[in-house]
Order: sequence, then structure tokens, then C-alpha cells
Amino acid sequence: MQKRFMSIWFRHLLTDGLALRRADLKEAPFVLAAPVKNRVVITAASALAEQQGAFTGMAVADARAAVPELLSFDDTPGKAAKLLRLLGLWCIRYTPVVAVDLPDGLLLDISGCAHLWGGERSYLKEIVLKLRAAGFDARAAIADTPGAAFAVSRFARVSPIVPVGGQAGVLAGLPPAALRLDAEILERLQKLGFRTIGPILSMPASTLRRRFGKELLLRIDQALGRVDEALVSLIPPAPYVERLPCLEPIRTAVGIEIAIEKLLSALCLRLQAEGKGLRKAVLKCHRIDGHKVQVSITTTKGSHSVSHLVRLFQLQISKIEPALGIELFILEAPRVEDMETVQEQIWAVDKGLADTALAELLDRVAGKVGAEAIRRYLPAEHYWPERSVKIATSLIEEPTTAWPEQMRPIRLLSVPEPIEVMALLPDNPPKTFAYKDKRHIIIKADGPERIGREWWQDSGEHRDYYAVEDSGGQRYWVFRSGHYDGGDARWYLHGYFA
Amino acid sequence: MQINKTDIIDKLRQDILGWEGYKPPVTGARSLIGLGPLETAFPNGVFPLAAVHELVCGSSEQAAAGGGLVTGILSVLLQRGGICVWIGRARRLFAPALTVFGVAPHKVIFISLSKDKDALWVMEEALKCSGLKAVVCEVHELNFKQSQRLQLAVEQSRVTGFVLRNAADKLGSTACAARWRVKSLPSANLGDLPGLGFFRWQVELLKVRNGQPCKWILEWQDGHFVPAAQILLNEERQAG
Repeated sequence: MQKRFMSIWFRHLLTDGLALRRADLKEAPFVLAAPVKNRVVITAASALAEQQGAFTGMAVADARAAVPELLSFDDTPGKAAKLLRLLGLWCIRYTPVVAVDLPDGLLLDISGCAHLWGGERSYLKEIVLKLRAAGFDARAAIADTPGAAFAVSRFARVSPIVPVGGQAGVLAGLPPAALRLDAEILERLQKLGFRTIGPILSMPASTLRRRFGKELLLRIDQALGRVDEALVSLIPPAPYVERLPCLEPIRTAVGIEIAIEKLLSALCLRLQAEGKGLRKAVLKCHRIDGHKVQVSITTTKGSHSVSHLVRLFQLQISKIEPALGIELFILEAPRVEDMETVQEQIWAVDKGLADTALAELLDRVAGKVGAEAIRRYLPAEHYWPERSVKIATSLIEEPTTAWPEQMRPIRLLSVPEPIEVMALLPDNPPKTFAYKDKRHIIIKADGPERIGREWWQDSGEHRDYYAVEDSGGQRYWVFRSGHYDGGDARWYLHGYFA
Repeated sequence: MQINKTDIIDKLRQDILGWEGYKPPVTGARSLIGLGPLETAFPNGVFPLAAVHELVCGSSEQAAAGGGLVTGILSVLLQRGGICVWIGRARRLFAPALTVFGVAPHKVIFISLSKDKDALWVMEEALKCSGLKAVVCEVHELNFKQSQRLQLAVEQSRVTGFVLRNAADKLGSTACAARWRVKSLPSANLGDLPGLGFFRWQVELLKVRNGQPCKWILEWQDGHFVPAAQILLNEERQAG
């Protein structure tokens, strides 16, 4: 595919950024300045200040002589990178590959993106107008190479769109500074009388290398497209991603659902072809007010079934706030896994925990009420009741030890409840106990079953458990904490038998 | 002529049952669930599997008895493999106890929810999933409309559903196939031996669609239900 790049130049990046935060600076000439060798030098001047004669590189004191009402602010280093990063993230809606071009620009790889906005002209117009409306003095250009786009955006007075293969012709009329060269090389070119790039291009490469070094040749090759230039994307592009820009902003649940269905069917087709199943998907909705809302789904088992995934997203649609409308949907699959291809069976067999329908059911439940509500238990090798089960990490995990054989209550209180007890003899089961102001007379009892604490886990008293049955036929699991001899033995109710 | 008339009525009854989804038993497939005489109360004498059963317990303390009875039934349903979903509240069910009733706890998926609305939504979704054997759900309230939705779901998937209603205030009519009431009873004396006997419950069928409501005493002995002696029931009647 023909590569196309866009370069955006922010002429007053730092001052525009400050003016956005401080409304009172809109009408005043101001500069940002930093101390250099005992002088305070202007590092960035606003458009108004430049009009009145205060330029970057002047001392603030000199500029004040020309512009008496000039305001000066301290320049914080690293501000430009921060601003460009934010602007770059905003530009993600137009293309997945956005790179920061310090000190004052962005480079976008727009290959295959522009037609979604109806051609390069309207694509460029859309971006530049949006940026200008946001308060940034932006200029942009589109060309086959990042180098040519950079040059045209900053130096050309012609159309900002360089036709395919036309970079050499356009570059010929631009000054050498458009080639992104070191100041030293530029100065030497200036001395030799090279006012434009054209004459440089016509010189033999060996001469140029001898006089100016390798850098000039590299920059020329990059600008002309003879050497590839890789952009360092702000966000590493996800390997599985689908984009859906909308001509009209989407505001309804039905519209969102259709968008999700379209995105998923495209993604699942790809996953299916590669034998992958989706484990996690994130839907990012870029709204026209500049905000981004996102919802995500996870599955317990890899899946590339469109109908299943659509149902999972349907449960999330209510969480998407479209506000004035959504202009772009991006569906990413950050986690995928290899899927086994299962041969379909003519008759239904009991697949147990490996059943796809079960995994899909649990996905839906997790999407509706949260994954933490779903648990499977496996035996753990502990006698202490609270620790005798562990939570299974996956749906197909099998127990490594046998389940305990002892009789355990079907309902266990998470925290044992204190009870008042009357027992005949120290080691006898209780005769009566009172729980929540109700007296229970115990007819039958089993026990004690002593369960000691695991001293390497925690310290405290052991427990003597009794299974007791009261006169009404209710069966309880009660225990005494510690020995009887101290006289302060406490009794607790811990569970109910069936 | 007389014989012919009863024959015709029997035939018609069978037809109606068939239309309502009760298939006549295949010979030898009787007593499928191991509930013994209790199963005679159901139409055709077969415990309806593709149906929703409602279990009512008097108080939250009695809820354990309902859980025990359901687990006992589950052990039969899960005998030939399969998975069961248990929707409960605040993780009160203690998984290792299921082994007492012959159910492997790792074959049960526990879903803990605090709201009835969520629990019923999950139950309906689960009942639609034909890969499951049974779904158990603990709720406070179940109205007619909700029970109809559950019943429609099981008719498609033929999963058995159990709704445990703990400490239910009022019992309105529902579309469930049967309404049970379970209460734990004092266990029998084991001669001179001290200690607890087998778990014993009083199981009442308050309502059965196309069947006979009745009352039984059941015990859980060594992995299956055993109906207690009829005498005990009689004694209780005499006492009051």
C-alpha cells in the first residue's frame, strides 16, 4: 500500500497551551523565558508578541523595550513533550500510529486512513480545523514521506498535500532548513550559497558526503523516500484491532449495538482464520466532545463466536454514555489465546466443565454481576474449617487431593457467633445454649472433634467442635475455644447441619 | 361399556399429561430419583426433571434442611456426570459438606449474589444452558411472572431448577411444578448409642401439578433417601 504521512506543526505550541489554561492571556502579548548565561532569554513567544516584535531568542529586557506591556512567564522544561503527547493521544482517533516530533510537531502515519474521511483534503481540513478551534495555531501537510511532510508543513507556501511521488519537485523550492539538519550543516550550506534544496539534489552524492557528512544524505534520502523512516508510535498498536468511524455521531443504544456487531464480525473473522480465541476485548468510543469512554469484556475461555461476544457487550451498552454522540469506535483485543478446534458432534454428549455453552453462560454472568461472584471450590489440605477450601483458578482445574470425609455443616457462618452455654462437665457437650435470645435444649450431641490451630499460620486457641441437635430437630455445629480449665472458655456457633 | 369408559378417561388423562410435557415413563426407568414413595405423588409416578421445583423453609435456620434435601436429589442427578450451578447469598454454603450427600463439590459452580433480581436473572440464563444438569437458587421472593419465565426456560433446555425460598413471607401462586416444604426433625435414637442419628426431615409436597399433595418423613442414610416408618407419621397425627 502507498505509504502516506502527515506532519502537524504547532507554531506557538507552548504559548497556545498556556493561553488555553489562562483565559486572561488571550488578548495580551506574552512570552515564556528561561535564564541562559545570566540573561533571561525568550524561549517561546505568543502570536501577538511576535507581531509586536518580541521573538524567540531575544533577551526579555530587550523585548520589553520594544513591547512595554509584554508579560513574561517561566518556561518549565518538558512542557512541550507533555503537550504534544496529549495532542498525539487526541489524534489517535484519526490514525493508530501517531509519533511525537519534538520540539513542536506531530507525525502521523495516515496510510489507508484518509478515505474514511472522504479523501486527504477533507481529512487534513478536519484535523487542522479541529485543532485551530481548540486554540492551537496548527499547520499540516501530507506527503509520501515524513521528511517531505515535515518540510511542506513548515516551509511551503503551496498546497499542503504533496501528490504521490511529487516530493522531489516540491522540495526543490524549499530552503535547506526544511531537511531537518543540524545548525552546523545549515550554516555551511548558507555560506556556500545554497538558498534552496534544488541545487543540492542535483549534486553527486560522493561530493555531498565529503563536504557535509552522512547526515545530509540520510535526510535527503528520507525526504525523497529512498530510505524508510520508522515512526515511534505513542501507543504501541494492538495486534488485533478494528476501527469504525461514523459519518454521523452515534447516540442511541441501537446504533452502538450495530457498531459493535460490525466490529466484532470483522475481528472474529480474522481470529477464526488464525485459530485464535478472544479472552479480553476493549471497546473505546471517541465522542465528539473530545472525551473517550471505554468498556471491556473478558471471557473464561477463548472465543471467536460473534453472537456470544455481542451478547457480552450488550450487557455493557448501558455503561456507555454517548453524550453528544460517538464519532469513532475502536475495538481492541489485548488478550487472545490459541483455540483448539473441536470437531462437532452429531449427538450431544455431556461435556461437563469443558462445555462451551457453560463458559459462555459464566461470561454473561460475569459481565452482568462481576466475575468475583462466581466461584468454584477445591479441597485444600487444612483441617481448620475456614481454610479447608481454596478457590479454583480456572474452570477446568481438578482437585489434587480428596475431599474430607468428616461430616461438615452445609451452612457455615463466615464469622463464628458467640453463644451462652450450659454444660454439665468440662468435657461434656453443652446441655443448653442461647443464641440471639433464643434458648435451645440439646437432646443429642456428637463430639468433641478437636481442631488445632496451625501454629505456623497463626496463634490462638484450638477448637473443640460438637455436632448437637436441639429439641426441635435442628442440628448445629458449635465449638468451645480453648481449654476449660481457665474458666473463661468461650463457646461459638459455627454452622447448621441439614 | 364400563371398562371402556375408564379406559377412555385414562387415555385422555395421558394425552393431557403428554401435552403438558409429562412423558409416560419408559419401563424400568421408574424410581429414577431415589425418592422412593414420594415419587408416586407426581404425575405418571416420575419426578419431573424438566421443571422448576420450589422449596419453602420456615426460617433461615431451617434453610439448611432445604439445602440438604436438594443436595441429596442433586447427587442422583449428577451421578452420570454433569455440572450444577448454585446461586446463593453471601457465600453461606460450605462446599465440603456436599460430600456428605454424595456430590463432588468441585462439580458445582457457586455464584454469590445479594439481590433477588440478579439471582433470578442468573438463574434464568443458567436454566437456558442445556449443558447443565441442575440449577439451585436461593431467593426471598418469587412472583408468578418470574416463575413463569423460569418454567419457560426449562421447557426448552430440560434442566432441573430448584428455587429455595428461605423465610418467605407470603406464598403466592407460582408456575412451578411442585412446592415442597422441608423441616428438620429430631433424628431417631440409635438404640443405646449416644450421638446424632441420620439426618431426618419432614418433607411435604404442598402443591404438585397434576399430582397428589402428600407428606413424608425421609432420612438420608449412606448415600440415598430412606422413607422413615409410616408409624412415626401416625404417632405424630395422634399427638396433635
